[in-house]
Amino acid sequence: MSATLFLEQLINGLQLGTMLFLMASGLTLIFGVMGLINLAHGSFYMVGAYLTAAVTAASGSFLLGLGAGLLGAAAVGALVELIVVRRLYHRSHLDQVLATFALILIFSEGTRWLFGASPLWLNTPEWLSGYVTLPGDARYPLYRLVTIGVGIAVAVALYLLISKTRLGMRVRAGESDREMIGALGIDISRLYTAVFALGAGLAGLAGALVGALQSVQVGMGEPVLILAFVVIVIGGIGSIKGALLGALLVGMVDTLGRVFLPLFFRGFLPPSEATDVGAALASMLIYILMAVILAFKPKGLFTAND
Amino acid sequence: MLALLLALPVVAHLLGQPYYVSLASRLTLIAMAGVGLNLALGYGGMISFGHAAYFGLGGYVAGIGAYHAFDATAFMGLLPGSDNLLVLWPLAMLACGLLALLIGAVSLRTSGVYFIMITLAFAQMVYYFANSWPTYGGQDGLPIYLRNRLPGLDTQDPLTFFLICFAGLVLAMAITSRLMGSRFGAALTMARLNETRLATAGVSPYPIRLLAFVVSAMITGLAGALYADLNGFVSPSMLSWHMSGELMVIVILGGVGRLYGPLAGAVLFIGMETLLGGLTEYWQLFLGLVLLGVVLFARHGVMGWLAGREPHE
Repeated sequence: MSATLFLEQLINGLQLGTMLFLMASGLTLIFGVMGLINLAHGSFYMVGAYLTAAVTAASGSFLLGLGAGLLGAAAVGALVELIVVRRLYHRSHLDQVLATFALILIFSEGTRWLFGASPLWLNTPEWLSGYVTLPGDARYPLYRLVTIGVGIAVAVALYLLISKTRLGMRVRAGESDREMIGALGIDISRLYTAVFALGAGLAGLAGALVGALQSVQVGMGEPVLILAFVVIVIGGIGSIKGALLGALLVGMVDTLGRVFLPLFFRGFLPPSEATDVGAALASMLIYILMAVILAFKPKGLFTAND
Repeated sequence: MLALLLALPVVAHLLGQPYYVSLASRLTLIAMAGVGLNLALGYGGMISFGHAAYFGLGGYVAGIGAYHAFDATAFMGLLPGSDNLLVLWPLAMLACGLLALLIGAVSLRTSGVYFIMITLAFAQMVYYFANSWPTYGGQDGLPIYLRNRLPGLDTQDPLTFFLICFAGLVLAMAITSRLMGSRFGAALTMARLNETRLATAGVSPYPIRLLAFVVSAMITGLAGALYADLNGFVSPSMLSWHMSGELMVIVILGGVGRLYGPLAGAVLFIGMETLLGGLTEYWQLFLGLVLLGVVLFARHGVMGWLAGREPHE
């Protein structure tokens, strides 16, 4: 186990963490402000990736595609909020789970209908496909570093938006007392649409960025969605700070576990068995982490409201 | 409704249509898994988004037993395999009960959204474990070459196997009905409606919930064991969160906390799948639309709509 490998994996973990943060921040905001469990958040991730792939292919510009993915997902999010989701705020969690599960079916099959079942390919643009030399002579793809940068930029922007602007003030007010801000004459339904669209846009951005690393296909949002749930449960549902910390924690633990657990078991097991045991355990690691954290803090690390 | 479910496959069998007999078996088992989930979700108010874990585990017990019986090897080098259902069924229920005891003990410390997420996460943990553990097929799944045996009966015969499944469903519904009619059922209902009041009456809600959760998982697990035998195949997809979601859909479509709810839900779900699936490849799109309609406009499921009122409590 060399220091270079460790550094490389650390950056990989950071990359997964920042992408998870893009998903989890929207999810946790939507829950914090509107009290809604949104299973369909993974669908916005998928929508973002598909729009980016389609627009990039049509226009030849990755940046244009990225913009389309972000804005398109936000627009779809706003539309879904107006048509379906706003009827769910006063319903039980059970109804919310079911309705958003139905939305997943609609989005997944709808996308399969429009784009076909085979995956789309989205390549990293020419100017981002180089490598960066890390200390220890390892080469690391530039694009992945850029996605980390985007993730950090979004985290900072989100912090500024929520702590410094009028919209952010309303969001915070909405988190602490939903009826009160309505009574103060703020148009809550517009606020809710804005928050939902913001969350959907961030998910779309994550999907677009990851889409260039993996294939763009139906169902790509689901594994990420479940990881994002683990993140917000660990961080405390409704807390953006918790989402950031949880995302980095999950990103690191998952990435490092997958690489180093098989190596660790090789110390005292035959190689093939060590790989199997290590891989099986690594895939469960973040869930074990979550169970341990919840056993001590049933409401996650940071509790936002209630 | 049960009589109708019993009559149709018999007619189909007499007409020489084994496809419809096995379709009825599938429907019966999905309904039975739903009956299990309904005990936790409907009667107990514990919204488990992870019942696929028990459904799949039950399936894997049947699959692994058959695998070792076929190879004449032993599980973990200790337990010999078996293809005797009288051994496999209790084993499947035991395994699911133990898993649910573990998961429930941690999950029930939380409530609300956290409970939903945690049960989901634990199920994913089991899913990924099955996916990456190569001994029993990993992500390719595990075939059951010969349907497991029950002494004195020919389980290969579709109608016989349907009748076994049907007996399972009736038994599960009878257990649910007896449980909910007992003092335990009253306590479980009260744990859902007003926890504080139950505690004031001197009954601690936690063990009541945990027991209901375990029994619920055992019923779902038995359904899973039968389901694996029906298909002659068990794979991680039985453990996936889509399966958990579908089970929830069935319970809620039919009507939460109603004895016949899961059966009605399964009839609707499998019916839609068969009818729409015959018309279009994209039937899940329409399933989603119907489901959305039910959640938004028909709030108490089909049984609630038929009965024209909310479940009395």
